[in-house]
Amino acid sequence: LINKRFCSQEVRRVTLIPGDGIGPEISEAVKEIFATAKAPIEWDQVDVTPVKAASGKYVIPSAAFESVKKNMVGLKGPLATPIGKGHVSMNLTLRKTFNLFANVRPCKSIEGYKTPYDGVDLVTIRENTEGEYSGIEHKVVDGVVQSIKLITRAASIRLAEYAFQYATDNNRSNLTVVHKANIMRMSDGLFLKCFREVADNYKNIDYNEVYLDTTCLQIVLDPSRFDVLVMPNLYGDILSDLCAGLIGGLGVTPSGNIGSDGIAIFEAVHGTAPDIAGQDKANPTALLLSAVMMLRHMGLRGHADLIENATLDVIREGSALTKDLGGNGTCSGYTKAICDRLYPSA
Amino acid sequence: ANYAFSQYGGRYTVTLIPGDGIGPEMARHVKTVLHKCGAPIDFEVIDIKDESSTDAAIISLKRNGIGLKGTITTNISNPQSQSINAQIRRKLDLYSNIVPCKSIPGVWTRHGQVDLVVIRENTEGEYGSLEHENVDGVVESLKIITEKKSRRIAKFAFDYALQNNRRKVTAIHKANIMKLADGLFLETCREISKDYTDIEFESMIIDNCCMQMVTNPQQFDVMVMPNLYGNIVSHIGIGLVGGIGLVPGKNIGDKYAIFESGARNIGSDLVGLNRANPCGFLFTSALMLRHLGLDDYADIIESAVRTTIKNGKCRTPDIQGDRTTADFIDAVIKEIDVQ
Ligand SMILES: Nc1ncnc2c1ncn2[C@@H]1O[C@H](COP(=O)(O)OP(=O)(O)OP(=O)(O)O)[C@@H](O)[C@H]1O
Ligand SMILES: Nc1ncnc2c1ncn2[C@@H]1O[C@H](COP(=O)(O)OP(=O)(O)OP(=O)(O)O)[C@@H](O)[C@H]1O
Ligand SMILES: [Mg+2]
Ligand SMILES: [Mg+2]
Repeated sequence: LINKRFCSQEVRRVTLIPGDGIGPEISEAVKEIFATAKAPIEWDQVDVTPVKAASGKYVIPSAAFESVKKNMVGLKGPLATPIGKGHVSMNLTLRKTFNLFANVRPCKSIEGYKTPYDGVDLVTIRENTEGEYSGIEHKVVDGVVQSIKLITRAASIRLAEYAFQYATDNNRSNLTVVHKANIMRMSDGLFLKCFREVADNYKNIDYNEVYLDTTCLQIVLDPSRFDVLVMPNLYGDILSDLCAGLIGGLGVTPSGNIGSDGIAIFEAVHGTAPDIAGQDKANPTALLLSAVMMLRHMGLRGHADLIENATLDVIREGSALTKDLGGNGTCSGYTKAICDRLYPSA
Repeated sequence: ANYAFSQYGGRYTVTLIPGDGIGPEMARHVKTVLHKCGAPIDFEVIDIKDESSTDAAIISLKRNGIGLKGTITTNISNPQSQSINAQIRRKLDLYSNIVPCKSIPGVWTRHGQVDLVVIRENTEGEYGSLEHENVDGVVESLKIITEKKSRRIAKFAFDYALQNNRRKVTAIHKANIMKLADGLFLETCREISKDYTDIEFESMIIDNCCMQMVTNPQQFDVMVMPNLYGNIVSHIGIGLVGGIGLVPGKNIGDKYAIFESGARNIGSDLVGLNRANPCGFLFTSALMLRHLGLDDYADIIESAVRTTIKNGKCRTPDIQGDRTTADFIDAVIKEIDVQ
């Protein structure tokens, strides 16, 4: 089962941020499965609890920062954002620190986990640094607030180049830009213009533009007609969750964040689930599939396929599923089932 | 609200703007059906082609107080030209857009029984066309949220819930990111909710809301939100109950009202093919009749359309049928005769 060829590869270091709540349990599950699959990964486990810098700003600890800089690849569990503790969301800090400009989420129907939708196989790519989340807002007068959506040529071109390259590398033939340029002429108009320019260099990809509302309608009616969907920040935030809903939610949806200096951090986008933390009830699938996505990003397709197939087999077979997937299994039981599938004799 | 309709000898005059795409065909079918059931409606038809006909339409709408409208194409290639549809709503201050998304017996859907109502702020938010290019390659687009308009739409949503025997209002927002703008909207809704102790109030972040809509849409009842989220959520709702050809909509202000299909779409790919589903437009005309207090006629139309769909013999292709628009209209007319 385990191909010899994979075992002799050079070992690569990856920064692991287990996270809070159920984070440590699901991270353990991933480590165990990776070890069983003999994936050539060595984990560099770090803590990212923010520290107050001399400037008074909260930053991630320098050990964590250095680790990601050096390894270029990270895997991250959910992080809690304590309300009122003075520091901004850790996710936001990581995004800013490493300039993670694109969020990529493949949504593929999982056979054996029934939802109202079959045959979903699409990817959402979201601009992650500007748009409606520019953070520029102010009160004009009492009772009147203005919030600015920022679209720049530089960020749009960078995203377009990444998206077309992603489609090419992942054998996807169709790329759709989601926009609202009938209302937001200039901002979404600029976004579209940048995509058209880049599209000219990728004649291999079938390029289209679809309105946000039409996209939402069509996704709900028949998601199988979409392949790669790319969009500005807010639309991406919304559509990536909508698409995750089609296949069963955030508990099974992987995600990756791509940075400008070749850095990439893969993560489970669900929350910390404090209500079930430490009880061996968490479902590690989202983090595991994110780790599989990471292997593909690193060019380790053989190991990625191996682990993904074992996981999907276990889900299809159905007896080890956790509660959120409709079973009554445990995190450790599910993990063991996947390991057994990878190594039946062990 | 303070509506004044143009009524003479028991008949009402309604401004009819057929619009582009399938609008004119749909308008023709609606006229036929309204005539058949004897509704006391006379249409003042206005074709919008340019600025002066837009002005004429607004004058007519102000005079009649009520309109039935198809969608007018916006020329995207000219960055100066603004959406005429948005302009009309703004000029008449039609601040609420209501899209009731309710499953129709006989139409297959993935989600079982759904019954939710999307109430959308229709005049501000992201739709103000306030944009500029600061320096080359850097565009700013303003979203404006005001307390006044948030209060007005929130109140409208709670009143709607009361009048329609609904039990819950959910405010949809992104206040965790847009702390000031969506924060103001959310806080205003929360404040208004205190005046409606019989109606439950909830709030939900827009991305989670969209995920919930495709996993558990039954949890929703009345939903209220700023403009852009309304665009998104109403289209998801329309998709849940079977599509664009089925769902009606209305735009209501304190003085005037315009009735448009829920998706406010054009259907340019269906023009002249005689295959568009007219149900959404017929249901929209029924909502218009109710607004005029002509509930009996609205009941006749709704029941004839529903029975025709349920019979299953005469459906358009979008709802797994193979019949034409005209066939469907004929079947509806027969049904009205039976009644
Ligand atoms: N990986 C998972 N496995 C099992 N259940 C999960 C998982 N993720 C979320 N859940 C369930 O979904 C519910 C909502 O979870 P989520 O973690 O997103 O929000 P939260 O608990 O409020 O965390 P946060 O601290 O991020 O706000 C949780 O209470 C939990 O029961
Ligand atoms: N009344 C209807 N009956 C059946 N199908 C419809 C109806 N109206 C629209 N559709 C279908 O729904 C889809 C989306 O229609 P819509 O009119 O929103 O198109 P669009 O992409 O917005 O383009 P445009 O606005 O230029 O027509 C199209 O495939 C169209 O054929
Ligand atoms: Mg989100
Ligand atoms: Mg349209």
